[in-house]
Amino acid sequence: MKRWIAFWNILLKDMRTYYLKPPNISWGLIFPLAWTAMFFIKSGSGLESISSILPGVIALSILFGTTSLLAVTVTFEKKNRSFERLMLAPIPLELLMLAKTSGAILFGVVNAFVPVIMALFLADLSRVAWGAFAPAVFLIAVASTFLGLFIAVAVSEVFEAQTFSNFFRFPMIFLCGLFFPINNLPAFLKPIAYALPLTYGADVLHGAVHGEHTLPIAVDLSILGIFCIGLFAASLRNIKRKWIS
Amino acid sequence: MAAPGLDRGYERHGVNKMSDSIYVENLAKSFEKIEAVAGISFTVRQGELFGFLGPNGAGKTTTINMLTGLARPDTGSIHIGGIDCTNRAKAAQHLIGVVPDESNLYPELTGFENLCFCAALYGMRKPERQTRARELMDVFDLTPAADRKFAGYSKGMKRKLTIAAGIIHRPSILFLDEPTTGIDVASARQLRQLIADLHREGTTLFLTTHYIEEAERLCGRVAFIVAGRIVRIDTVEHLVQPVQAKHVVQIACNVPINGILKKLSAAFPDSMFSAAGKDRIRVEADQPIRVGELVRFLEDQGAEVFEARRMRPSLEDVFVQITGIEADDMRREKGKRGGTT
Repeated sequence: MKRWIAFWNILLKDMRTYYLKPPNISWGLIFPLAWTAMFFIKSGSGLESISSILPGVIALSILFGTTSLLAVTVTFEKKNRSFERLMLAPIPLELLMLAKTSGAILFGVVNAFVPVIMALFLADLSRVAWGAFAPAVFLIAVASTFLGLFIAVAVSEVFEAQTFSNFFRFPMIFLCGLFFPINNLPAFLKPIAYALPLTYGADVLHGAVHGEHTLPIAVDLSILGIFCIGLFAASLRNIKRKWIS
Repeated sequence: MAAPGLDRGYERHGVNKMSDSIYVENLAKSFEKIEAVAGISFTVRQGELFGFLGPNGAGKTTTINMLTGLARPDTGSIHIGGIDCTNRAKAAQHLIGVVPDESNLYPELTGFENLCFCAALYGMRKPERQTRARELMDVFDLTPAADRKFAGYSKGMKRKLTIAAGIIHRPSILFLDEPTTGIDVASARQLRQLIADLHREGTTLFLTTHYIEEAERLCGRVAFIVAGRIVRIDTVEHLVQPVQAKHVVQIACNVPINGILKKLSAAFPDSMFSAAGKDRIRVEADQPIRVGELVRFLEDQGAEVFEARRMRPSLEDVFVQITGIEADDMRREKGKRGGTT
């Protein structure tokens, strides 16, 4: 029980201190809006294109919403030494890092529903398979957050975390099948696409929203789950190796 | 143990890794090729106020980091409150409180929120943590600033709140890393009083400081650490005993010190003369020193004497004698670097 009091209060503090600030809220709303509008205008094919654009916009909203925040909640706190206070608390490191990342995961899930709510007014979403959609959104949020954590732990400055994040994020827009099918990519890029977690999340979202997907949904979700575990374990290993050296 | 008989406190009271608050054996830590802590051993008994003294880079903070679980030792063993936490850093963290050398609370939270958050990290429920936070705010005279953001606190207020955060969960062992560094005289005095009160209430305190007079005033036992090695551990009383019989005078004057020391030694062979800063001469003797004669001699040499003061031999003298490091140099270095090793 004591551990969960600590867990809940770390999450609550991060939400209040970092996530529920006007810049983050506006970023969370404006960014998906801008992406939706951009692809909608670019496609020029009318409202019927929304269902094909929506999965990519959702995935992007989650990716950018989550990865940006870990640079603050982890790298910044490590830099100003307030993270030491958390490391001195009698809670396991695994639970501490889950507490530090849960806020970003929640933020990512909320971000995902911004384009969904907008699309509800513009298109018919009655055929969306919500049973596949919901776990995909959650697992994309978890995988993106843990990718952000992995980066945040690997660097020592906030600006390095942001730069390093972009190194992963921007290629993902084009490589993970968000807006362009992976099958249309040049052969040498396909292995890279399948090495990125967002590819599997986007595949499930495409399947859930308009029925077209490459891999079985269960396989996509399992691989995404493996990415989550792998990234979290790698981050913990780095913390133990670099921060408690 | 690093050197048999080094810790005289051990010999008198015995060692028990299960009942001593802190038990450290052959603890060592290197950073690449630099040996930060080189096989140190010591114990801190329950309820003791133990001082860990040394210059910048001596290994004080590295030792605290290893004891509190923020760094992993290369070799050696650590028992905190009877719990072996050498390879299980988290095992004894519920017993300890840590006040780091720099205030590391959350600037965007208020003082009260910071304390409540720190209490929550130890699993305290809301009513309990709020009551405790109010109580500590009151003890540390911070109640009027309770709702102000930590970022807006003065340095002294920040230190006080950081100490309050360190004891919010009523730890039985408290680590204080340079608690009075960089704060004003009044705040430092108040903090020393608070440390003394905690000691009186039975908390075991592990204090690192480069203010030797602070350690002398507060601590029961001290260890001198230089270049990662403990060069002496004993009670303050035993350490100062050999110098207590000495007579010491410090003279401030405006002559080149190095030039005059030889002349003084020749004129007063029963006394020992040394430089105590760039314009101060330190005089030590086994017999009472005739200050008037000394002053007249210096004036005859063309010196203008500003001050001649009889000094009480202190732990600082012992420190200088044992380590060869001038306490003034240590303070100046700390001021320049604000070191953390």
